[in-house]
Amino acid sequence: MTQTDTDTSPTAASVPTSIPARRRNLVQMLELDLRLLGMVAAFAVLCIGFDLLTGGRFLTPRNIFNLTIQTVSVAIMACGMVFVIVTRNIDLSVGALLATCSAVMAMTQTRILPETLGLGLGHPLIPWITILAGLLVGTLIGAFQGYLVGYLTIPAFIVTLGGFLVWRNVAWYMTSGQTIGPLDQTFVKFGGISGTLGVTGSWIVGVLALAAALYGLWGARRNKIKHGFTVKPLWAEAALAGLIAVAILGFVAVLNAYEIPTRRLERMFEARGEVMPEGFTQGYGIPISVLVLIFIAVAMTVLARRTRLGRYIFATGGNPDAAELSGINTRLLTVKIFALMGALCAISAVVASARLANHSNDIGTLDELRVIAAAVIGGTALAGGAGTIHGAILGALIMQSLQSGMAMVGVDAPLQNIVVGAVLVLAVLIDILYRKRTGEA
Amino acid sequence: MTGTKRTKADTPLVEMRDMCISFGGVHAVDHVSVDLHAGEVVGLLGHNGAGKSTLIKMLSGAYKADSGEIRINGERVEIHNPRDARRHNIETIYQTLALADNLDAASNLFLGRELVTPFGLVDEDAMEAETRKIMARLNPNFAKFSEPVSALSGGQRQSVAIARAVYFNARILIMDEPTAALGPHETQMVSELITQLKSEGIGIFLISHDIHDVMELCDRASVMKNGKLVGTVDVDDVTDDDLLGMIILGKQPGQASATEG
Ligand SMILES: Nc1ncnc2c1ncn2[C@@H]1O[C@H](COP(=O)(O)OP(=O)(O)OP(=O)(O)O)[C@@H](O)[C@H]1O
Ligand SMILES: [Mg+2]
Repeated sequence: MTQTDTDTSPTAASVPTSIPARRRNLVQMLELDLRLLGMVAAFAVLCIGFDLLTGGRFLTPRNIFNLTIQTVSVAIMACGMVFVIVTRNIDLSVGALLATCSAVMAMTQTRILPETLGLGLGHPLIPWITILAGLLVGTLIGAFQGYLVGYLTIPAFIVTLGGFLVWRNVAWYMTSGQTIGPLDQTFVKFGGISGTLGVTGSWIVGVLALAAALYGLWGARRNKIKHGFTVKPLWAEAALAGLIAVAILGFVAVLNAYEIPTRRLERMFEARGEVMPEGFTQGYGIPISVLVLIFIAVAMTVLARRTRLGRYIFATGGNPDAAELSGINTRLLTVKIFALMGALCAISAVVASARLANHSNDIGTLDELRVIAAAVIGGTALAGGAGTIHGAILGALIMQSLQSGMAMVGVDAPLQNIVVGAVLVLAVLIDILYRKRTGEA
Repeated sequence: MTGTKRTKADTPLVEMRDMCISFGGVHAVDHVSVDLHAGEVVGLLGHNGAGKSTLIKMLSGAYKADSGEIRINGERVEIHNPRDARRHNIETIYQTLALADNLDAASNLFLGRELVTPFGLVDEDAMEAETRKIMARLNPNFAKFSEPVSALSGGQRQSVAIARAVYFNARILIMDEPTAALGPHETQMVSELITQLKSEGIGIFLISHDIHDVMELCDRASVMKNGKLVGTVDVDDVTDDDLLGMIILGKQPGQASATEG
């Protein structure tokens, strides 16, 4: 198809100075923020609404802590799903793949390493070898599915629909359908409640994160000035920095405010052969699983925005033929994306099984739908070419809040799912309307 | 425009010999041979669906030929994909432009060959600076550097595609209707660009429906009809009407019968 749209004659096209163009860019940037802001606002309304309905039980440190650790597993996979959907593919097998990885890791740490290889239960290397094994299996299965999609050109929908059945039942077969546990003591620290940084550790992480965020802001501003672009006024920059500080430190403060129950503390002291002092309290702080999620989110964002691989992913999503003609090996790219998805499923499997402290046969059931919904609610376009990591994580958080909130309010289980389904469709509709309004394709 | 003088004994920069490709039962390109010398512009002419784009896509790696051979500087080469073509310094402006609509001009220009910082991260600022430089040469009115190319006009998109092909020091340049969407001024600039690239010793295949352009810019013209080569002529030896006759009737100038299949 030849582009015959020649409405821009040389004179009409000539923007006399570059100032109008730059102003438009600023507006565009704000619009980009608007989209995120809209999602944050929706999330805030949701939280406050549930808090009112539950008489203040929703926004307690305890519930926020629980919400956070419940979201991690789906959020980690949603990060990978963004890339899958951006390249116009889909992965219906993530929940089943999580189950297979979980089964492999459960067997590795409770049977293979301690018994077959004779390391003995509780050996310090067990959790790490286990996680490596899980990552390897997840990555290989993902790469294999990617190969089927990329090289043998079987539609991703079919490959992963098959995978959905295959991997769920491979997990079942490996464990004979039994619940495997208890899992290794160090391994379960990745689950959430049994592995947190404590109050001091959390403050340190919070301050470091804040420093990194501010440095990022400052670096971006300096770069813009260096290239002669207009920058936000200083007060706006300061307000933004303040907002980030409040968000990060507030989050840490809330997680720190959730105190370890007295009985549990007593048991911890007993285990060390000490007696707990009267009136001793301690907060949980940031769960290790949340730290893992934050690390993955940052890494995936850098991957998406600042690496060649990320470019190729978005270019391929925007126009697969153009990407191929530009010398991008789109087949290999597909393998890489699915392999990455598989690796993230394995990490999610660590978090999910560690949270339960065992591997159960139904682990990860329906996660594929939650993960896809999270990515889509977070603004990933099924048509390909557009999507963000932070959006997907926010999407996961919204889904989880909706589910937990309704459970707390006492909404019947069938109604809960009806609402979640309706919200998914509504979110996509709003996104479509928004894109139409702003003229995005 | 006068043709660069070349001796017949020169090894051609590109030789495509006996190229064939069919889609289903359609012989899109049927035993076609063309060649191109350094510093020469060869026009490819023919009716819609004659097989011009398909022929050059075998050179650019977009299609794999069913049979035939490609020689570069006399050496036989295998071109299986666009990466192979780029390795031989073949750059292509596709008729469809082949742009990723969701990315901006700089990202498209450097797609597959991004500039990176010492840490291996994509250097967006450097790419935009380079893009501004090359666009200033091609289309000085171009100002939409941070919008996705879907927000550009047809001509602006075409400018981006041209910039991409000429930025990377091509030795062999394929231009498939490069000025179809351009305004008169931009078309003029592309003509000047072609003349300049030619003087730098680059070989150019130029597909165009504009006989006037071909007469002005090209040294030779190859005419295709229904997937077959009608003939190749020196433009200095023929008139507009001769070329038209070749395109429409498939007859060689000064020859009564048509070589039609
Ligand atoms: N990918 C394809 N699949 C099937 N048929 C194709 C394909 N590409 C080209 N063809 C067919 O091959 C023939 C030659 O097409 P081609 O695009 O090379 O024509 P062209 O000379 O470039 O025409 P135009 O001047 O309209 O650009 C046409 O009949 C077309 O339908
Ligand atoms: Mg064509």
